[in-house]
Amino acid sequence: MLYYSLQRVALAVAICMVAMTILFSLVYVIPGDPASLALGPRATAEMKEALRVRMGLDQPLAMQLYNFFANAVTGNLGYDVWTRRPVTTIIMEALPYTLALAGAGLGWAILIGIPLGCYSAINRNSLMDKITGIISVGTISMPSFLVAVYCLLLFAVHLKWFPAIGAGERGDLADQLWHLVLPAFAIGLGWVGYLARLVRASMLEVLGESHVRTARAFGLPEAMVIRRYALRLAILPTVTLLGIAVGGLLSGAVFAELVFNRPGIGLLVYNEAARRNYPTVMGTVLVTVGVFVICQLVADLLVALLDPRVRRSL
Amino acid sequence: MSAGAVLDIRGLGVDFLTPRGRVHALRDVSLQVPRGSVVGVVGESGSGKSTLILAALRLLPANALILGGEVVLDGEDVLRMSPAALRDLRGRKATMVFQDPSTSLNPVLTIGRQMIDIQYRDRVPTARKRDRAATMLRKVGIPDPATRLDNYPHEFSGGMRQRIAIAMALLCNPDLLIADEPTTALDVTMEAQIIHLLRQLKSEFHGSILFVSHNLGLIAELCDRVVILYAGAVAEEGSVHDLFHRPRHPYTQALLECDPARLAKVSRELPTIPGDVPDLLAAPVGCAFAPRCPKVFERCRREAPRLVADGDGHGAACHLVPAIASSRVGPRPSTGSGRGPPVEPVET
Amino acid sequence: MSAEVSRIAPAAAARVGGFVRRIAADPMGCLGLTLVTLLLFTGVFADLLVPYDPIKIAVPERLMDPSWAHPLGTDQLGRDVLSRVIKGSQIALGVAVSAITLSFAGGVILGLLAGYGPRWLDNVLLLLFDAVYSFPSIMLALAIITLLGPSLGTVVLVVVIGSVPVYARLIRTQTLTVKTSEFVLAERSMGAGRFRIMARHILPNVIGPLLIVASMDVPVVITIEAGLSFLGLGVRPPAPSWGRILNDGYTQIRDTPWIVIGGGIPLIVTTLGFTFLGEALRDQLDPKLRKPVG
Repeated sequence: MLYYSLQRVALAVAICMVAMTILFSLVYVIPGDPASLALGPRATAEMKEALRVRMGLDQPLAMQLYNFFANAVTGNLGYDVWTRRPVTTIIMEALPYTLALAGAGLGWAILIGIPLGCYSAINRNSLMDKITGIISVGTISMPSFLVAVYCLLLFAVHLKWFPAIGAGERGDLADQLWHLVLPAFAIGLGWVGYLARLVRASMLEVLGESHVRTARAFGLPEAMVIRRYALRLAILPTVTLLGIAVGGLLSGAVFAELVFNRPGIGLLVYNEAARRNYPTVMGTVLVTVGVFVICQLVADLLVALLDPRVRRSL
Repeated sequence: MSAGAVLDIRGLGVDFLTPRGRVHALRDVSLQVPRGSVVGVVGESGSGKSTLILAALRLLPANALILGGEVVLDGEDVLRMSPAALRDLRGRKATMVFQDPSTSLNPVLTIGRQMIDIQYRDRVPTARKRDRAATMLRKVGIPDPATRLDNYPHEFSGGMRQRIAIAMALLCNPDLLIADEPTTALDVTMEAQIIHLLRQLKSEFHGSILFVSHNLGLIAELCDRVVILYAGAVAEEGSVHDLFHRPRHPYTQALLECDPARLAKVSRELPTIPGDVPDLLAAPVGCAFAPRCPKVFERCRREAPRLVADGDGHGAACHLVPAIASSRVGPRPSTGSGRGPPVEPVET
Repeated sequence: MSAEVSRIAPAAAARVGGFVRRIAADPMGCLGLTLVTLLLFTGVFADLLVPYDPIKIAVPERLMDPSWAHPLGTDQLGRDVLSRVIKGSQIALGVAVSAITLSFAGGVILGLLAGYGPRWLDNVLLLLFDAVYSFPSIMLALAIITLLGPSLGTVVLVVVIGSVPVYARLIRTQTLTVKTSEFVLAERSMGAGRFRIMARHILPNVIGPLLIVASMDVPVVITIEAGLSFLGLGVRPPAPSWGRILNDGYTQIRDTPWIVIGGGIPLIVTTLGFTFLGEALRDQLDPKLRKPVG
């Protein structure tokens, strides 16, 4: 288990480093100078040069890459072109909102999707199973930004049940949660359907396996067969998927933040992308990569913890 | 005879719904397991052996359709029971050892967990259940059982896993132990060890055993009675002695003739008989074995033979049987096929 | 039993026809096939089908509710939403086809290199694929758009960078399977060169499954394009992309719901169509999942 964990952590670190290099080299592969792009066509040569020095673009390429890595490791992602504040501070202000949103979306997808999938698998071909099947296909087919726009239209603008914009008053937890409902619903909806389908499929597969028949041949109570003998196994592919789902949810959160005008990583990166604020955008993208990689790492380690076969074979 | 039977299957018919159509897996099969005896079931792949024993505990997959008949276990009809009563019966009156030990144990739970779970009916402390499990593991030859209880199935070899499966089955002290080809998935050395174990346990275990196997040698060694299944129907049944020394059905004869030394040595596969097992998508007209039978005659293709038995309970479903039996017992005119009591004693 | 016969009967020549017929026989597959055909038809003949000029501004007719003259209403500049939706399908399909073709080509090349090349190259490429995969898709898009500026070409590039690893991985796995198969080993023992084996044996064997994956990618790419255009980072106005229409609708959402409704429907119909078709395809290709007859 320890060896496997170390191996998996090393892979995660390697992936992050390659991702950083990709991000770094994008700037050089793609034509145009970040400083001139940021300052626009009317900037003077001196202004550009000053910005280049400030962004460290005057140094040799290898040195820049080294600095980029060395700074990132110490938590320094550079300085905002416009405000000159540290990018890390800016990101840390926005990140909690996005994590709360993505977490809430994932939470409700898990709470509804997994039990729904189990129920459908156990009561196969029941009315509920068929309804779940149709709804799953429907929700999977809806792009999350479209769901967000429609939720805004129906529940906020038309019915006025929920607030349309913002993240709620600072310090007022109830208000913040109230503002979280619609966007979290919107980004989680597709995953409810997806999880229900996946859990149903893997549950059906496990229920057909020989060891479940053994458990039944010994007359074990059905609740025990389902929870201890079938679900333990059927949940494994879902855990792996949840790690990957975080990537989708982060993307969904970006859209939801823009639709509902909530503060967060999405709104930040969108606004700064429009201003060609290269350090802030790159820093933010890097942080989301980090979050995504960590979530996948956690999911993989969790699978290893739950599945003794993975634990021992690696 | 059936009064003293632990398991009494009568006129059982099972179809499978498949994409290719309806497969008639079992047709009017009857079988008794007398209390305290070991009954073997022999048949080629696809002869309906597994279907038969899964039906005994009503563990058939969802696409199986039970057409009729009854499966009486300890006086109760398994096929007409409520799910709750069925669950109560499984594991208490009858348990099962499955064919492939690599899939029949739950891979993410420890052996101990699984062996403790199956004792859920007993109101004793968990530590006590654990002790029982360890004792049973020692009995089936697992060294250091107390520690091994904390291992997962994949940490045991195939043979070990099958020992564990047998230990689990015996832990419940059932009236009937059903074993579905428990050695087929193992290699030859492992098989020999398991057979040795089963023979050893047979003397200690006082319940009845229904034993399904490809292996005629193993059947001859372990069983009191044998039932030969062919294409979803009983071809011949009788005591091990009668059946192996005086086989009446041409199919049984062919099985035994293929290798005269069969009884002496442990052989893994049924001998090959020319021809194929009939496609059970359509119920055969006449005798199912007719296309491969060396003694086939006109009547066989027209009319299905019924099982005819003598006073010793040795019966065969073949139109030639009355003639064969006539050398010993009086002839009896056959009255065509149809349902009715499967084993019909022949007047002497 | 007649279904049984029709499943076995078709000869090699009629196989494709039979395949389509079987999908059409399944109600879900039939619906999927209809929707996808509708989309393709609309996309190809968009210019003939539009009732109005999709980019012609008519301010007096702005923000009209649906009527016989304008079935989906008009937007804030008085443009007919239905015409914009129809024209938008052309853009959606155009982006999807070009992006998937490029990804496909890139994926085949990198996948063959990884699967057939030296071990170290395989490892390097795999790590690279993993790294690209570790970007949440919209973040990668935003990073690239920050540097390149929004345009149709950027959208295509974003999709290509994101999906080449997916195709390459598939090709790599298939290649590894085929590489060790007997006929390739036999060919090699007779002295065939690497490129000959790749072109004659590996490629034809790996391309089939990939084509299905690629066709199922169409709605994904269309959604990405719509999403980016919705953010104002995709197709430049006044081109009527579906995402652009949604963006117009979003800004007017307090005045009229019709633009977002009209702009969203084609997107939902497209994804539903492909999802249904995909389900039916999978049911047909995986016999284990076929429903029992009788």
